[in-house]
Amino acid sequence: MSTLALPYLAILRARFVLMLQYRAAAFAGFVTQCWWGVIKVMVLAAFYAGHPHQPITLAQAITYTWLGQGLLGLLPWNADPEISEAVESGNIAYERLRPVDTHSLWFARAIAQKAGGTALRILPMFIAAAVVLPLIGLGEWSWRMPATADAAALFAVSITLALLLSSAFVVLLNVAVTALKTRRAANIAATLVNPLSGMIIPLALAPTWAQGFLFWQPFAGLVDIPYRIYFGNLAGAAALEGIAAQVLWVALFMLAGRWWLADVWARVDTQGS
Amino acid sequence: MGEFALILRYVRNCLRAQMLYPTAFMIRLVTQFTVTIVEFGGLWALFARFGHVRGWTFPEIALFYGVVSTAFSLVDMSTRGFDMFGPQFVKTGDFDRVLLRPRPATTQLVGFEFGFTSIGRLAQGLVAVVVAIALLDIDWTAAKVALLLWSVAGGAALFAGILILQATLAFWTVESLEIVNAITYGGVEAAQYPLDIYASWFRKFLIYVVPLGCVVYFPVAAVLGRSDMTGMGAWFGTVSPLAGFAFLALAFFAWGRGIGHYTSTGS
Repeated sequence: MSTLALPYLAILRARFVLMLQYRAAAFAGFVTQCWWGVIKVMVLAAFYAGHPHQPITLAQAITYTWLGQGLLGLLPWNADPEISEAVESGNIAYERLRPVDTHSLWFARAIAQKAGGTALRILPMFIAAAVVLPLIGLGEWSWRMPATADAAALFAVSITLALLLSSAFVVLLNVAVTALKTRRAANIAATLVNPLSGMIIPLALAPTWAQGFLFWQPFAGLVDIPYRIYFGNLAGAAALEGIAAQVLWVALFMLAGRWWLADVWARVDTQGS
Repeated sequence: MGEFALILRYVRNCLRAQMLYPTAFMIRLVTQFTVTIVEFGGLWALFARFGHVRGWTFPEIALFYGVVSTAFSLVDMSTRGFDMFGPQFVKTGDFDRVLLRPRPATTQLVGFEFGFTSIGRLAQGLVAVVVAIALLDIDWTAAKVALLLWSVAGGAALFAGILILQATLAFWTVESLEIVNAITYGGVEAAQYPLDIYASWFRKFLIYVVPLGCVVYFPVAAVLGRSDMTGMGAWFGTVSPLAGFAFLALAFFAWGRGIGHYTSTGS
């Protein structure tokens, strides 16, 4: 078992270290995200000023915003850029030749990319929004702690599942790019992920009639479910239901990715010179 | 050939090149429209739940949103050369060649590439304006239409100024400063709401530093007949978009200094 897992662990480690090296880009990203966060928080505060009684409180919606900025790197907006390039140059043939399971390899790469990109950003974001903001007297706008110890523990499980869900979806996008031979095949991702995960507005603030659908569609597991668990809006049975939805979609994305990739690999033809 | 005819020729060439892959072109265009219109949908959803934001209604906000989005898309379409100036021209030393040609550098940079896919965002901005006009009960006069267009023009001048400043900074930093995106995209996000919902330091930033408030907030509030909210008379909305052109003039001045400072980086 341990020797079997070695190549995947090696790629995971190598990718993670690579991601940590983009420090300048990370700093630019950090400043941009703080800026966005502040704008969003002010807009939310203005909306809540007239109608404070909503499915989630203003403090929760603000924490949601900061979590969203800190964990932005987890979102699967695109296929793996290197796979996309390999498809366009024809180098995808090498992927086919490697003596490892391609789906697991791509999955490991995606996990490392998402986790590495996020690990760099979450800490400074947390310091800025959870520590500095209260210190300069903007406690109302700050990132709050998890509701309870239980909420924190469930959040840890749920955000890990979000990482797996995002990575499984990236692999699905990789397969789509390989099958259709253009990186544009992954363009659909942002259109789906942004609104359905809760990045545009927290899903709890969407119209009431849409709530059932929004909870059970796959992308809620990327953002909305873990965040609501964090501030205790989903607790007890509801939290477990949310985690069950995440597990379900990770499993379905994995199965779909494996099945589709097997089909693509069986009759792949490559382009390029 | 005049500068304008030259730019038209650039446009035609670029369109021909992009249309070599018509499907890819359409996919990008439709994607950009969908992504931005979905954001507009998010705005609608917030109003469906909250009703209003500090007394402003959805159609009113839609007009702010439409104006700023339209202005930005027009600039985004024609300033790719400035956006990519650091990595594409300074880092490679290609700017030397631009300077050698007997044409203004700005003309050549505008002609570098046209982002026709920004038509997707333009369409979204126009949809927002149409939704606003359809839902609002405004007594349209020629003066109001002119004021709205004047606001779009001021906004476009301001965004162009921001992008030229970004390119100017690349003379010193070589790399493209992506932080500027916080001001362009962040500005579109911020200016879609009336300034009076923001904290006062942010409001001042949007009036005195990056005068998005001057080009969008005051004139659109005047069109909406809500100048009372701004703390200034309606007349102010007719002159405030000039701030966008002043910003653009400053940006051109800095750009000139940047060119003077440029000593080539090529190998």
